[in-house]
Amino acid sequence: MRKASCLIAVFLLCFAALAQPDAVAPEHEKRYYSLLDELRCLVCQNQTIAESDADLAKDLRAEVRKMLQAGATDSEITEFMVSRYGDFVLYRPPVKPRTWLLWFGPLIFLVIALMVLSRLLRKQKKAGSTALTEDEQAKVDSILSRTEE
Amino acid sequence: MSSRLRLFRDVGMSKYLLPVILFFILTSFLFVGLYRDPTEVSSPLVGKPVPQFSLPRLDNSEALFSEREFLGKVSLLNVWASWCVACLEEHPVLSELANRNAIIIYGLNYKDDVTKAHQYLVEHGNPYLANAVDAFGRVGIEWGVYGVPETFVVDKKGVIRYKHIGVVTQQDVEEKLLPLIGQLQSEVL
Repeated sequence: MRKASCLIAVFLLCFAALAQPDAVAPEHEKRYYSLLDELRCLVCQNQTIAESDADLAKDLRAEVRKMLQAGATDSEITEFMVSRYGDFVLYRPPVKPRTWLLWFGPLIFLVIALMVLSRLLRKQKKAGSTALTEDEQAKVDSILSRTEE
Repeated sequence: MSSRLRLFRDVGMSKYLLPVILFFILTSFLFVGLYRDPTEVSSPLVGKPVPQFSLPRLDNSEALFSEREFLGKVSLLNVWASWCVACLEEHPVLSELANRNAIIIYGLNYKDDVTKAHQYLVEHGNPYLANAVDAFGRVGIEWGVYGVPETFVVDKKGVIRYKHIGVVTQQDVEEKLLPLIGQLQSEVL
């Protein structure tokens, strides 16, 4: 029995040791994880540095922790990353002239689509109100009577 | 034939032309994208002075290697490690450059074991004038390193002028590095 509890204790200690490197002060925890979610791992580009198991992601996580402990603000930390790795490191690209098309492009397309839609609807409404001419009516009648035969 | 022509006139050419134009715009974007490597992220460090750092040298751990090393000459900084397979691929190319005295090559030995790094240079030859030992990759972060090998071209003022990501091939040397080095060497301090 004692042996078993001893084993469990050792087991738990191992876990504690494993968890240690990524530990962050409780008061920083929330900011830490939200920052990690904003930063791209450049090695495996479709993961954040929170998700990635790459060596560089580990190093960058350590860097974020160190900066948080030193009292850096969120913007100081993202600025640190951007100045070394470029805007690409941010999952949320900054709004600036180069990214205007990216940010506002969808809005432009929406406006164009709405304009086209309204024009089509107006056209349809107009077309719907026009009755068939006598000529056309006669044509329709002849075709319909033919199919009946 | 004539009825078809009338059709065109009636509906207006634009109805047919517009999708064709959109198609060409879309395909030209896709075509350009086809030849771009998403793993090559342009570095914001190009055009900026080399970051400040101070690291022990590989050949003499008592001596320090700092950013001052880069002043007054055009040089390369090659980020490498003995565990890096791709580095071995570019090693002969770097050796060639060094043998031709085309340029001074410094090395940043990235997250490596010092003994293995020494062994690597003994085994494959040493193109580096000096190596800085970045055992924990901390200086690598300062340089924006995210994959080994990476190679930086630094001008006489100690400003980073170019970053090459991945293996440097002979073709890269002829087409990109040598022309740039020639241009930088002709710049006056």
